[in-house]
Amino acid sequence: MPLRHRWLRLCLAAGALFALAACASHPQWQLDDVQGHLPDLKFQMTSDLGQPVTAATYRGKVTLLYFGYTHCPDVCPLTLVHLHTVLQKMGAAADDMRILFVTVDPTRDTVPVLHQYVTAFDPRVVGLTGTSDAIAQLAKRYRVFYKPAPAGASSSGEYEVTHSSAIYIFDREGRARLLATPGSSNDEILHDLNILVGQQS
Amino acid sequence: MNFRTLIGAAMLALSATTFAAAPASPDAQVEHAWIRWLPAKLPAAGYAVIRNAGDEPLRLNGARSPDYGMVMLHHSRLAHGDSTMEMVDHLDIPAHGSVELSPGGYHLMLSQPMRTIKPGDRVKVTFEFAGGGELQTDFSVRPANASGPGD
Repeated sequence: MPLRHRWLRLCLAAGALFALAACASHPQWQLDDVQGHLPDLKFQMTSDLGQPVTAATYRGKVTLLYFGYTHCPDVCPLTLVHLHTVLQKMGAAADDMRILFVTVDPTRDTVPVLHQYVTAFDPRVVGLTGTSDAIAQLAKRYRVFYKPAPAGASSSGEYEVTHSSAIYIFDREGRARLLATPGSSNDEILHDLNILVGQQS
Repeated sequence: MNFRTLIGAAMLALSATTFAAAPASPDAQVEHAWIRWLPAKLPAAGYAVIRNAGDEPLRLNGARSPDYGMVMLHHSRLAHGDSTMEMVDHLDIPAHGSVELSPGGYHLMLSQPMRTIKPGDRVKVTFEFAGGGELQTDFSVRPANASGPGD
């Protein structure tokens, strides 16, 4: 057997071993594993209670980051209801989780409106707002695309906002771990969150 | 009152008389009609299944409600992970078929509530079909975190 082929076999064997080792030490995620591919959670914003908050405020909780806006009667509620259903199924463990709903429409989403909106879905949803810059920075950090309100739009204006529908999931230390999309089923999200919330950092 | 408002008012008056005389649309049936309530007078979404029992296709042109200043037919579209809501001119219901207004797809967007609307309420909505046919239905108002018409 030529030397080259033996090396190839050795490499393949080593690769298989490595894959096995990886399987043994890592859970079988059903969502997209983004560990190491996206930056840690980091922001400076205002909560729906009007308090300044940062990523450190939610350290110790598993967090789900989602970008939306309150004048979104169909898709945003659909996502929040999915997450609410998952959290209900998790029982007491869900108290260690927070859904961070970041508005991409700070013009219309005042703190009181944001508060009424998020609490209508689940007590574990936190509404986050901030300056347009702070929101843009956070969106950019996770490569979230959105088309914000047109220039000069008023808080009572009628306009549409395009936004990304992905849900970014962070562990208790604020490390980006998983990515859920609108195509992810409740069972897949539930499966992975149960593992993640069970991991003590 | 400027010229445009005047024309708008005239058109509104005209359409009101048209609707008053509009025939019912016996071929259409609406089931599982519900509205996802949202707080703070935010626009809400309405969902239903519309069946066409007739031999001809039906074209839904829109809807109106005495409880909302504006009702529009919308479609949520998901492309490359981005979601957009767009207005839809009309929706065709095939003969002996049905269309579903459901979360994440076609829906009614009901904005400018005329009264305080809360979960448990019923809201009257009139569907307007091409050719002048109409159908009035009661929508049940469900909590924001409801997953369907009766969970």
